Amino acid sequence: MKLSEAVVGVRNSRVWRSVFRAGTGDTNLHRSLAVQQNVFMHLASVKVRRRALDFGVTWYLGTLSLGCFLILVVTGILLMLYYHPSVPQGYADMKDLQFVVSAGVFLRNLHRWSAHAMVLLVFAHMFKVFYRGAYRPPREFNWVVGVVLLMLTLFLSYTGYLLPWDQLAFWAITVGSNIMSAVPLMGAKTRFLILGGNTVNANALLRFYVLHCVILPLIAVVFLAVHFWRIRKDGGLHTGEKTHE
Amino acid sequence: MPGEAKKACSGACEECSRRRFTAVGLGAVAIAGAGSAVFGYSFLSPNALYEPSPIVDAGKPDRYPLDSVTPDVASGLYIVHRAEGIYALSAVCTHLGCLTAWKPDLGIIACPCHGSKFHADGIKFEGPAPRPLPWLKTWVNDDGNLLIDRSEPLTQKQFVRI
Repeated sequence: MKLSEAVVGVRNSRVWRSVFRAGTGDTNLHRSLAVQQNVFMHLASVKVRRRALDFGVTWYLGTLSLGCFLILVVTGILLMLYYHPSVPQGYADMKDLQFVVSAGVFLRNLHRWSAHAMVLLVFAHMFKVFYRGAYRPPREFNWVVGVVLLMLTLFLSYTGYLLPWDQLAFWAITVGSNIMSAVPLMGAKTRFLILGGNTVNANALLRFYVLHCVILPLIAVVFLAVHFWRIRKDGGLHTGEKTHE
Repeated sequence: MPGEAKKACSGACEECSRRRFTAVGLGAVAIAGAGSAVFGYSFLSPNALYEPSPIVDAGKPDRYPLDSVTPDVASGLYIVHRAEGIYALSAVCTHLGCLTAWKPDLGIIACPCHGSKFHADGIKFEGPAPRPLPWLKTWVNDDGNLLIDRSEPLTQKQFVRI
């Protein structure tokens, strides 16, 4: 039996058809259904203008930002296996990751560099969108979603900065949280709630850990889904071509 | 009469009950939302803090010779002995909360974060700090030890005479 025949056989099998109900084929209908009926793919467009795939249109900055985010999720989950968010154990765990754990220093550096790169790429993405005018109607709302994602990126950076529990982390969060308390009326109370106390201490480390590893990534995933779905709903990527949109 | 009432209801009753359902529903959601906000706020505010006591025991006053500035890094304060007496000065910068450092060769207090500089009496002479370093309430207890309350900044200079 030839390989192609085997592939056709698998694709026509009852198990395969139970998962991919639309079936396969070379028609536009089959291709559209393949995208529409997949929970992951349906966020994306069924059809994309060829011009939208050109490097010059986007410099792929949004995709690169997503790539950084995915690297951060994978490396972050692995780092969590060796890190205890407690004082002073957090610092020792960070040092263990660097000098004791196999490939620990690779994962930690990958996490750190991806975090820096993501902030840079998200800013670059926004500049590119701004200077190409891609924020204009009908994409205004997706710009706003993008601003929320920028904020989430910065909050993730800030909360992750405390976790090594070294001098740099401690004083950076001390300074940052004191800037927070300069907000009129609610500033001092906000600082107290976020730190879980009056000083950067064990409570603050634990709160920042939960924010960094659970709450902020979950919110980011929701906004990312909306962000990608709106690209499709707003008529695909802005290519600058005159279209019917 | 009962029939009339029923007839009057038949046209509008569904509309009015739907409206009422929405009003009651929104009200319930609002109450639940307010309750959650109060619950969330009180849950996030710790009722017991395991932070170090604001009152620091600095030992016997004769540990601090005349015309000396002694930093206590762990407690974030300086103990200064001048001809007028002893006083304690907070070492936490009034700008953004960094720990300042005593520079014995220059005779000044300097903040490493953003470059504020202070005299040994807490007065700022350079940098972004908005206020002088506060003087802290200082007294001698029955054992003859110098005690300092970090939570009580003084409004005016006060020396402990030995």
